[in-house]
Amino acid sequence: MRRLIKRGNIIDDTWQPIDPDCSVPEHGQICSLEQWQALADKEGSAVQLEPGQEPTPLFDALKKIDLLVINFPVFTDGRGFSYARDAREHGYQGELRASGHFIRDQLTYLQRCGFDAFQMADDSDLNAALTSLRDFTEHYQAAIDQPLPLFRRRS
Amino acid sequence: MYVYDQHDQKIIDERVAQFRDQTTRFLAGEITDGEFLPLRLQNGLYLQRLAPMLRIAVPYGLMNSSQLRKLADISKTYDKGYVHISTRQNVQLNWPLLEEVPDILAELSTVQMHAIQTSGNCIRNTTTDQFAGVASDELEDPRPYCEIIRQWSTLHPEFAFLPRKFKIAVCGSTQDRAAIHYHDIGIELVADDDGEIGLKILVGGGLGRTPAIGSVICEWLDKKHLLTYLEAVLRVYNQHGRRDNKYKARIKILVKAMGIDAFREAVEQQWTALKDGPSTLTEEEIIRARSFFRDPSYLALDNTLAMSELEQDCTRDPIFANWIKRNTQDHRLPGYRIVTLSLKATGFAPGDITAEQLELLAELSDLYSFGEIRSTHQQNMVLGDVQVSALYALWQRLQGAGLATPNIGYLTDIICCPGGDYCSLANAKSLPIAEAIQTRFDDLDYVYDLGPLELNISGCMNACGHHHVGQIGILGVDKKGQEFYQICLGGNQAKDASIGKILGPSFKQKDVPEVIDRILSTYVTLRQEDESFLDTYRRVGIHPFKERAYAQTD
Repeated sequence: MRRLIKRGNIIDDTWQPIDPDCSVPEHGQICSLEQWQALADKEGSAVQLEPGQEPTPLFDALKKIDLLVINFPVFTDGRGFSYARDAREHGYQGELRASGHFIRDQLTYLQRCGFDAFQMADDSDLNAALTSLRDFTEHYQAAIDQPLPLFRRRS
Repeated sequence: MYVYDQHDQKIIDERVAQFRDQTTRFLAGEITDGEFLPLRLQNGLYLQRLAPMLRIAVPYGLMNSSQLRKLADISKTYDKGYVHISTRQNVQLNWPLLEEVPDILAELSTVQMHAIQTSGNCIRNTTTDQFAGVASDELEDPRPYCEIIRQWSTLHPEFAFLPRKFKIAVCGSTQDRAAIHYHDIGIELVADDDGEIGLKILVGGGLGRTPAIGSVICEWLDKKHLLTYLEAVLRVYNQHGRRDNKYKARIKILVKAMGIDAFREAVEQQWTALKDGPSTLTEEEIIRARSFFRDPSYLALDNTLAMSELEQDCTRDPIFANWIKRNTQDHRLPGYRIVTLSLKATGFAPGDITAEQLELLAELSDLYSFGEIRSTHQQNMVLGDVQVSALYALWQRLQGAGLATPNIGYLTDIICCPGGDYCSLANAKSLPIAEAIQTRFDDLDYVYDLGPLELNISGCMNACGHHHVGQIGILGVDKKGQEFYQICLGGNQAKDASIGKILGPSFKQKDVPEVIDRILSTYVTLRQEDESFLDTYRRVGIHPFKERAYAQTD
């Protein structure tokens, strides 16, 4: 079973990974966007977005989604940062998971953009990765983790 | 200038600690080269041809004397005793050791400086007019808005892995000295019909491989919307900018592909969600930002008296008189002048300044200019607030230190990137070209007779030397392993911006000074009365220049 960081803890993944060949994913399995769009019942569903797939098609059903995975095939492609913020700003409350080849030095930024779970391609040292989540304790700009910019909080 | 409080200091200190840890892990082999690349770039660190290069941020080109002293100190302790002023008003060290970079950053943080986002595919240092706050043609001081943008863009979590680098410039005066048309986003402070000052926003300008002049995306924006609007533009770019080809990844390509109207529509759509949200600037925040750029304790001076004394000094000393004429500008207040210190003495790399010169500048700024110094995108330095009565004493000190070359804005005030001598991206050397031109045109009377003229040199397509916007631009190119130089004419970075046109096939290095000579003599022959090089070029076109440049010699 794959492990991941969720809300600051290291846990086992309870979701089944995406299977692109399956026509109707079972409950508990992560869907591709295409599979998810074809689901009759989206209650409790899980969907994974790839770079180039904006979260816009999910907006009408955000309340029904339990897990939104945003995949990073390469860590230098930063589209997922905007997708995450966009989804959160549209009211998504469920688990927002980064998966793929992002690196631990991106964790604070990912967290600021609304991710609360991190499934790293290399999960050999998640404890070390946890420390990177604490790289910064103060920020200038508003984001999901701190909706007020520093200029509204300075004292 | 802006002064950090405990919050700003904490952010910078945490960044230093983060990079120290990253460097340690890299040196221990725990981070791959590919992973370390963006991490070090976003801390200003390049691995160059001979040694690393560290680019230190100088937000909108403003420094105080203790920062200058610290830079001098760092350059002596960790480098070879000199630094380089870049065309983004930043300061570059050419020979630091990777292992020592975290220490350098820690030293910088003690004087409220850093190297954050001076490179990499993120929002870079915001630049502005080097005469901001003192220019006589200013509508409003742009620096408070630069500082607001600096804070917003610093460690922005969403925009650290953009398709490509992103540059913002702000200008608040009639004459554009910040080249806002050549930035990913250019911002101009403008008044609406009722006289209220707001922001005109340009998008999609830039140099590099595909030079482009920015398009107006918003004619007038209430200042309070500055950050939410920028955020909307960046979000559209981050999601839709091309990532398949780094040469087509800048926002200018996206704006061109979508068309400015469709791009504006996409931005407006994003903006609807962000507008009036928490990032909307409060009146208090604008007042706070402005409070750091209030007038220093100027004296009420009698201009007539000061000017008559200056005239006497000038009559007595024609060399001083010439420097006053070439290197100083009107200040908005009587009895003061703006002084530009030339870093373009022949025999020295354009933009280089030694530790001793930095220390002298620190001292002179304390004595004569309220302890502040500005760096310019033309790679010079400025003392913005010098009393007219102090100019003679200042000039004597500058002259003794080789900082009074009277060539500001003239042919030999060359903008030049470090080129193939230092940079691993370069196709050709640029410094020897600059020196050859400065040496050839050592007759100042001839140089002055040519009038104001910008000659810019880049060692490669990345255009760090801004060759496209030089009235004469020189670009180093590689032809089968040999260095050649392409020349373009007619570039201009002012409000009536234009991009230089290529003259024709490129030239060998040794022929470049001769070709420049021919271009200039063509201009001298064709100009009408006081017509500038640019105006002559615009009137007669490129052909007379081309004909002469490629004519066979007997």
